[in-house]
Amino acid sequence: MMQFRVLLFARYAELFGAPEVMVSVSDHASVADVVAALRILPGGASLPALPFVAVNQMHSDSSRMLLAADELALLPPLAGG
Amino acid sequence: MSCLHGAPLDLEALHATVRRSDRGAVATFVGQVRDHHAGRVVTSLSYSAYGPMAERICQEILTEAEGRWSVAVALAHRIGSLDVGDDAVAVVVAAAHRSEAFEACRWVIEEVKQRVPIWKRERYADGTESWVDPTAPEGVQPAASQ
Repeated sequence: MMQFRVLLFARYAELFGAPEVMVSVSDHASVADVVAALRILPGGASLPALPFVAVNQMHSDSSRMLLAADELALLPPLAGG
Repeated sequence: MSCLHGAPLDLEALHATVRRSDRGAVATFVGQVRDHHAGRVVTSLSYSAYGPMAERICQEILTEAEGRWSVAVALAHRIGSLDVGDDAVAVVVAAAHRSEAFEACRWVIEEVKQRVPIWKRERYADGTESWVDPTAPEGVQPAASQ
């Protein structure tokens, strides 16, 4: 198992009441596994099953496998401009 | 030059970065805070961003635009609290001729909206606030809060 840090922004940060959370996932976890672990935490129920994500600041998809050093961020619908 | 700005945008400075004697056309788009959204009266808003990624994607968009057209592009986006009428985003494109300048300017602002991780929380005249969700039917999150 590894403790994995997830960055949260805007509405997602409000759901969890924090700009980042730690989740316990297996050493061979995908983005989808981390999202599933988040959705059972307090506040996580409103999180979409397939939120937009960035890994190491690049848009990514949920099947991507994660390394302990990866920076995973959950991105609510973008509203710049 | 960074794209995200915590202070009011300096449009003159932005123009200065792309003006050159061989560029006869300058197209500028400025997005300002509107006083209404989805039938509600907006009084102010705040932008937040995933800073490092937002900066990186802004640079990526500028590089792509300057690769697709023979143009120079400057881009700036506000972060933090803004009032109605404040400049929220500015794109300035300079080119030899207007057609490229207009095309690239339109392309850049659309790419910014689709790709840059920035979020907007609106405050309304009735005292409620809501995150703007352009993908939602009404454009705002259903659960407004005090």
